[in-house]
Parts: sequence; C-alpha cells; structure tokens
Amino acid sequence: MNLKYLFRPSTMAVIGVSTSQDNHPANVIYNKNHLRYPVKTFPVNPKGGIFSRETLYQTVEDIQEKIDMAVIAVRSEFVPGVVEQCIQKGVGGAVIISGGFAESGNLRLQQRVVDIAKEASFPFVGPNCLGIYAPDYVDTFFLPGERIIHPDKGNVGFVSQSGGVLVDQMVKFAGQGIGISLAVSIGNKACIRETDMLDWLDQDLATKVIAFYVEGFEKGEGRQFIKKAEQCSKPVIILKAGKSKKGIEAVSSHTASLAGDYRVFSEIMKQYCVAEADNEYELTSFCEALSCYPKGINGNIGIITLSGGHGVIAADACERHGVSIPGIEPATIGIIKEKLSPEIRNIVSLENPLDLTGSSTDCDIVTSARHLSRDNNIDCIMALLIPYSPGISTDIGAKLSLVARNEGKPMIAYVPNEDKYRIIIEGFELNNIPVASSVEGAVLMAKALMRCRPC
Amino acid sequence: MLDKTVKKIIEKSKSLGWILEPDAKALMKSRGFDIPDSILTSSFKEADQFLTHSKGPVVAKAVSKKILHKTEHQAVVTGIFSSDHLKNEMERLQKLVGCENILVEEMVQGIEIIIGAKNDFQFGPVIVFGIGGTSVEIYNDTAVRMAPLSPDDVLSMVNSLKAKEIISGYRGKTGVNMEALTHLLVNFSQFVMEHENDIESIDLNPVMCTKDQCVIVDARIMLQPS
Repeated sequence: MNLKYLFRPSTMAVIGVSTSQDNHPANVIYNKNHLRYPVKTFPVNPKGGIFSRETLYQTVEDIQEKIDMAVIAVRSEFVPGVVEQCIQKGVGGAVIISGGFAESGNLRLQQRVVDIAKEASFPFVGPNCLGIYAPDYVDTFFLPGERIIHPDKGNVGFVSQSGGVLVDQMVKFAGQGIGISLAVSIGNKACIRETDMLDWLDQDLATKVIAFYVEGFEKGEGRQFIKKAEQCSKPVIILKAGKSKKGIEAVSSHTASLAGDYRVFSEIMKQYCVAEADNEYELTSFCEALSCYPKGINGNIGIITLSGGHGVIAADACERHGVSIPGIEPATIGIIKEKLSPEIRNIVSLENPLDLTGSSTDCDIVTSARHLSRDNNIDCIMALLIPYSPGISTDIGAKLSLVARNEGKPMIAYVPNEDKYRIIIEGFELNNIPVASSVEGAVLMAKALMRCRPC
Repeated sequence: MLDKTVKKIIEKSKSLGWILEPDAKALMKSRGFDIPDSILTSSFKEADQFLTHSKGPVVAKAVSKKILHKTEHQAVVTGIFSSDHLKNEMERLQKLVGCENILVEEMVQGIEIIIGAKNDFQFGPVIVFGIGGTSVEIYNDTAVRMAPLSPDDVLSMVNSLKAKEIISGYRGKTGVNMEALTHLLVNFSQFVMEHENDIESIDLNPVMCTKDQCVIVDARIMLQPS
C-alpha cells in the first residue's frame, strides 16, 4: 500500500458536500481545505448543484485532474459504490468519515468496502473516523477550524483509534508547545491500522517520535505491532484504554488469571521498550521528552533546585514513579562548592537535590549543571527553575541548553508555563531541551526516558 | 520421536480438554525438563515399595479426570514417611471423585516458583514466571513476557520480582541455579511457541528450584477447544 497520496495529497475530492446543510462534515472539510490549505480541493455530490458559487461534481470521475485523495462523507450504504468510483478514477486513497459500519453492527457492509479496496490495493483510513491532520498539507477533521486548537507543525506523529481523544490530545500538545508531524484518527481501522501507521511514521522524515492511543488489537496483531516497534528507529509511545479485568473471571489456570489481557499488554510493551503512558498527561510529557531524546536512560537524576520545597516535591514524585536520585560523588560536591558565589557557598545544600537557594545566580546554576553532568552517578539533569529570584536572568534557558549539549547528558527543565517566562522556556525548547510546566511533569519526562530503549 | 510423544499425548487428551498430570509430566520429561521420580499405581504394595526405595518422604496425588485443581479437593498429600500413612492416604484418595490412579512421587524440596504459559489473543504465547505455590494469586509476584524468551528476558523477569532476593539468595540462604532456571524458561518458551495451536495455557506450579536444579513438581496443561 502506498500511503503517500493520503498523507501528502496535492489534490483532494470531498464527496458528500451538501447544498442544504452548512454544518455537514463534508462542507466543513471542503471549506477549511479549500480556503486554508495548499491542497487543491474539489466538491462532489451525486445530485450536483451549486455550493459557495461553485458547481458540484456529480462523481469523482467527472473531475478532469488526477485526484490524490478522496474524503468520503456519504451515507454508509453508498460508500461501497463511491469507493468503486474512486478506484475507477485512479484516486490514490480515501478517508472514510462516514459511520454506520462495524461500530453499529454493520460488519458485512464494512467487509464489502474492505474487499473492494483490497482487490485494487486501495488504501483508506476509517470508516467512522476524523481522518488526517497533516500540518501544511491537509486537514480532514470535520470540526470547524475556529473550534479546534491546532498544535504547531512539529515532530510527533500521533495515531488514535478515537477521534475525540485525538482532538483532546491535540489541545494538550498545543498547551505544552508540542508540535505534530501527522495526526491520524483511524476509527474502525478496517484497512489502515496501527502497524501500517508505524511503518509510515518510521519512514517519515518529519517524525521523530510516534505515539498511539490504542483500545485493542485483533488476534495476533499485538505481536505484529511489537515486532515492528522493536525494529522501529524512533521512540514509540502508547496509551492503552480498556484496562479492566473483564473477561478473565472464568479462567481455569493460575497463569491465565495472573496474566490478564492488560497485564500482558503492559508487560510486553515494557519488554520491547515501548513507552507506555498511564494517562494523557503522561502521554504529553513522554512525547515532549522523547522527541528531544530518542535514547533511554537508567533513571539516575541529578536535581538542581532554587527552592528546598521544589526539591522535596520532585524527590517524592521521583520515588512514586521509580526514578532514582543517587548521591553525588564527593569530588563533584567539592568542585561545585569551590566554584559557587561566595554569598551562597555556605547556605546551599550540596546534596541531591542540589538546593542553590533563591540567592543563586545564572553562573551558580550553570556551574552546578556542568559539574553534575560530569558525575558518574548521574545520567540526567533536572533543573527546577523558578524564575522569581533576582539573580536569574532571562538567558538561563539558553545558557543551560548549551551546558546540556556540551556535556552530552539529557536535561529536563521545569519552568512555570506563564507568558512572562516565555523567553526562558524558548531558550530551552528552541535548543531541544524539554520543559515541563509542573515538577511532576518534569519527573514524568524522566520516566519516559527510562521506559525507552537504553543507549 | 520426542515430538511424536508430545503429539500422542495431546491427541489422547483432546476430548478431556486438558492433560492429566502424569501425561503432562511425561510430556515435560520428553522435552528434557526434570521431573521427580514417580510411580503411577493403584496398588498399595507397589506404592509402598516405591516409598521404601526412595531417599526421603513421598507425595501421593489422586489422578482424576474430574479434579483439575487438586488442592481444592485435598487430592495432594505431602511428607509421607511411613507405610501406614501412605496406606491411609491412598485409601482416602482412591475414594475421591473420578480417581483412577495414584501418582506417588519423591518429595522435592526447594524454592517454589511458578512457570506458566498462556496463548494471548493479541500477542500469542506469553510466559509467566514468579513466586509459586498455592497462594500465587494472592501474592501475584510474577512477571509476564512474550514468548520466545531470551536469556536476557529471564534475567529481567527475575529482577522485576518483589521477591527477587528469594531467587538470588539472601541472609545466608542459597538461591536458585540461574543457569538451570534460564535453560528451563528459554526451552519451555520454545516448546510453547511450537504448540501454540494446541495449547491454551500451562501451569508448572510449583517448580522446585535449588542451587543445583529446577524440578517440575506439578504440571497442568489446558488445551485449545477444538
């Protein structure tokens, strides 16, 4: 299956555009792509007519140009016929938005569509989905542009069985400044499934980290997925829904009752270094951390804080998430103490977390980060930067990023997510250092690096 | 030849849906795994001779197509040293529902572990390993991995247990022979892969492990419904 025309289309037919319902999914999709995307968009309705001063094509075959991709938003019973027309026309693939298939018991109708498409090697996303959001290329989500929050173009590829979860996650990504390379809601996944998306995103140059929201796999499909994830050159993150123990009450062996469906899923993800996020917040943190650092760590964190309280909160969160805070080597302590400003030398706490106090300056923080990075006990630096102290400049993000790059150990920062501190946040993020908006979030980022394949 | 033994045992057990313990043990033995010395008999005389010749106490178990979970039917007696005790218990076991035979085995000591397999819908054969015994579901200190296992998988399974010190040895107590354990788990996982179409789940519980060996003391194999 060649998915190029689906995810990078130059021309697109939107089938099902209504002359009477302004909010019809096809109309929303046609409008936003026609007005705001470079993809050349053609409206189609079997009844013909005029829409927004444009003549509707009655079938996709009437369009003179070659069509890369079709969005199909007609009633389910008409879908097989429309797919046949697309194949006849030589369309490169389709997004079937329409519902009324397997999700409402119409398995046979769905199978008919699958059979028609399979015979012609015609790829499609859906049915019963939102489809594709490829920044700068195409957006088949039938949600008006002004209603949804789009993350910027970035390097996270996100694939979701649920359209609702996908849109919600996009809001969270946008809030944390995480950009998307491609977001696909695969709905009933009758043709394009997680394994196909893993193949595509592995090859996609714009994608650095691949995330999935999965409800379940078909028979044997989990094994196929994990084998591909093992071969994949990029970090893979997964959020699983449907973790209840339903269905294992009647098992007759100890093994079957110990290894319930979710337990098996979760342990196998760990076995093959797929980072399983426990919830959507973890998913967000994991995506940000792993898009900056694709290789894993053992999880020995050196914490730099400017407030004792933040250090304690971070230590508690580390314990909760299985992240360790080892002791610092005496030589490291010695050199840091020697280089600190004389004003703070005797009031700092030279342990891990390293509390530099509110009287510290950029120079103290940078020196500490540099020498902590050189400590053999530490494989990741966490900088808890509360920028209220007068000694901290707006350059601290950029300065610490430089330390991280020079020393070669991952760094994770916490900076309150306020407009006022934007310059500090960007000083990190533009230099590929992940920034969390909470202490807990920073710890989750460290957890993500631990769940990934070690260097 | 060995595979023929496996096939034969699976074929003959299909109608029951699971493999009786003596057959399950024979199957494990045919794959080169250690099982205790035993005798399958309904005669007290034969059982008594076995007890006389064995190095220590024996265990007696009822073999019944109607008893899947032996502990719940009091169908296992451990620590039999004397002929009288053996006689009394054999008589009691023979009265249990569907009892066809008595399996008398040498009693093996060691750290009780569970090794299991399950044919998972999404992932196919998976292996469970952990602290075994009759309370396994209560403690649930186990690890799960997708089969087949590599020696590294075995190490990570051991390290992920809360009771990993029991396996590695603690407070002067010797642990488990890691070479024997790795050999057993890796080969068991290969066996499960080869028979994924026949087998629904397997409990080897307990497997008695010492610093020298790992011996499968009980084996229950559930077959795929045909």
